[in-house]
Amino acid sequence: MSQFLQQVINGLSLGSIYALIALGYTMVYGIIKLINFAHGDVYMVGAYTAFICTAWLGFGFFPALIASMVVCGLLGVLIERLAYKPLRKAPRITALITAIGVSYILEYTMQYFMGSEVRTYPNVLPKTTYQLGPVSVTTHQIYIFAITIVLMVTLQFIISKTRMGRAMRAVSVDEQAAELMGINVDTTISFTFLLGSALAGAAGILVGIYYNTINPLMGLTPGLKAFVAAVFGGIGSVPGAVIGGLFIGIAETMVVAYGSSLYRDAIVYAILIVVLIVKPTGLLGKNQREKV
Amino acid sequence: MPKSVFTKENLCWVILSVVLFGVLTLLMQAGIINSYYRITLFNICINIMLAVSLNLVIGICGQFSLGHAGFMCIGAYSAGVITKMIPNYGGLLLGILVGFAISAVAALIVSVPTLRLKGDYLAIATLGFAEIIRILVQNMTITNGAAGLSGIPALTTWPILIVGVIVAIAVCSNVMRSAPGRACLAIQDDEIAAEAMGINTTKYKVMAFVIGALIASLAGALFACSFYVIKPSQFTFNRSIDILVMVVFGGMGSMTSSVLAAIAIGLLNTILQNFTDLRMIIYGLALVIMMIFKPNGLLGKRELSFKRILARREAGKEAS
Repeated sequence: MSQFLQQVINGLSLGSIYALIALGYTMVYGIIKLINFAHGDVYMVGAYTAFICTAWLGFGFFPALIASMVVCGLLGVLIERLAYKPLRKAPRITALITAIGVSYILEYTMQYFMGSEVRTYPNVLPKTTYQLGPVSVTTHQIYIFAITIVLMVTLQFIISKTRMGRAMRAVSVDEQAAELMGINVDTTISFTFLLGSALAGAAGILVGIYYNTINPLMGLTPGLKAFVAAVFGGIGSVPGAVIGGLFIGIAETMVVAYGSSLYRDAIVYAILIVVLIVKPTGLLGKNQREKV
Repeated sequence: MPKSVFTKENLCWVILSVVLFGVLTLLMQAGIINSYYRITLFNICINIMLAVSLNLVIGICGQFSLGHAGFMCIGAYSAGVITKMIPNYGGLLLGILVGFAISAVAALIVSVPTLRLKGDYLAIATLGFAEIIRILVQNMTITNGAAGLSGIPALTTWPILIVGVIVAIAVCSNVMRSAPGRACLAIQDDEIAAEAMGINTTKYKVMAFVIGALIASLAGALFACSFYVIKPSQFTFNRSIDILVMVVFGGMGSMTSSVLAAIAIGLLNTILQNFTDLRMIIYGLALVIMMIFKPNGLLGKRELSFKRILARREAGKEAS
C-alpha cells in the first residue's frame, strides 16, 4: 500500500508537468483549432533557457524560472505571428504541417547551436527528502506541486476575471462575432500563445530539475503525451487539461512500477486511441455538432 | 463495353518505364552508378513507393495520416523475419504476403474507428498507432528487440525493386481515376457534401487507407531486403514526416509530383549527408515557407499525362 501511495505521489509530480504543457495545447486549440505541434519544442527551449541561466550565468532557481517563462512566451508569440497568422484562413491540414515544420526548426536549430549531447542540469534546489508517514516527498516534488498550483490558479484567474481572459473566451466561441463586438482578435490570439508558451517554459525548467538531463529532442515525447492529456480531458477545456495531465502522469508511473518500463510510452498512446474511439470529445469536452 | 488496355497512352507509359529501366541498368553495369549511388537509387525507389501511397491517403482522400512509418515497419519486419528463415524468393514473397495480411488487419483496426475522426484528431491517432507498433516491435523477441534484425538476405534486386515501384505507381494512379477514387476526391473536397450525395464516406476512406498501408508494407519489405539490417529506430515519427515532406513538396493530390519530389529529396539527402542538423532546419523552413506561400506544392495537382500530350498532338495535326 505504501508503495502504491508513493507511486501516486511520483505520478502526480510527473503529471503536473504534463498538465502545464497540456494547458498550452488546450488553450491554443480552443482559440484557433490548431494542434500546435511545436509546443513540445517550446518547452524544450524553456528547459535550455533555464539551463543557460543557471549553469552559465549563475542565476538562482526563481530568476531562471522567470527568464525561461519570458523567453518562451515571446517565442510563442513570434511563432504565432510569423508562421500561424498567415494561415488562419487556410485548411487545418496546412496549419498542422506548418506546425510540424516549426517543430523541426526549433529542434534542429537548438541541436545545431547547443550540440546533440545530453546535458546534466545543475542542482539549483537543495534536495532533501521528507518522510510523511508511509511515503517520502522530495523538495523537488514540493516545488513542482507548488509552482504548478500557483501557475494554474493564476491562469484560472486571468481567464475568468480579466478583460483579456473574457476576450479569449469570446474568440474561442466565435471569432467573427468577437471581432464585431470590438475585440482585437489578433492581440487576443497572441496573448493566448504568450500564456501557453510561458507555461511550457515553466514546465521546461521543472522537468530539468525532475529528470536532471536535457537534450534538444526532449520535447517530442512529452509534447505528445501532454497532447494526449489534453485530449483525454477534453481539448479546449482548462480543467480538463489538468485532470488529463495528472491522469497520464499517474498511469505512466504505475506502468513503470507494476508493469514494464518498456511499455511506458505505449500505454499513453493506447489511452489516446481508446479515448478517441470511446469519447472523442474527452472527459470535459463539449459535444459539437458539425454544421455545414 | 470495357475499354481496351492497349491504348496509345498506356503504350507510352510502358515505353517510358522500359527506357528508364534500361538506361539505369546500363549505367549500373557500366559502373557510372557505383555502389554508393546505388544505395541512393534504392532509397529513392523505396521513397517513391512510400510517397505515392501516402499521397493516396492524404492528397486524394484528404485523410491526414502521420503513421505511415508504422505500416512500413510491419512490412519490413515481416519480410525480415521470414526471409531469415527461408532465404530465397519464395521467402520474400511469403514475407510480403504476411506483411500485407498484418498491415491490412492493422489498418482496418486503426481506421474503422478512427476515420470517424476529423483531420487533426486522425493525425494524432495514426501517429500514436505507429508508435505503438514500433514499441511492440522493440519489445518482441522474434524481432530481436531494439538491436534490430541483421543479416537479412539481400533479395531485393534492381528489377524486383523497379517492378515494385511500377506496381505502386500504377495502383495509386489507377485508384485515383477509378470510381472509388473520384468518391475519395469528393470526400477530400467536402466531406459533408459528399455524404449528402450518397457516398459512403467511411467505406472509401477505409479503402484508401488500407491500400496506402499495403503499398507502404510492400515498400518496407523491399527496404528490409535491400539493406540487410533493420532497427525499430528506423521507423520513428521522423520517418513518417520524411514521407509527408515529399508529398507536401510535390503537391498533395498529384502522383507525378510525389515521384519527382521523392527523387529530388533523395538526391538532396545524399548531397547534404554530412550536414544532418542543417538539413533538418532546411526541411523545417521549407515546410513553413511552402505552406505559407504555396500550399499546393511545387507542382500543384498537375500530372504528367500522355493522354493529354497525345490529344494535343492530334489536335495540332487536324489544325494544320
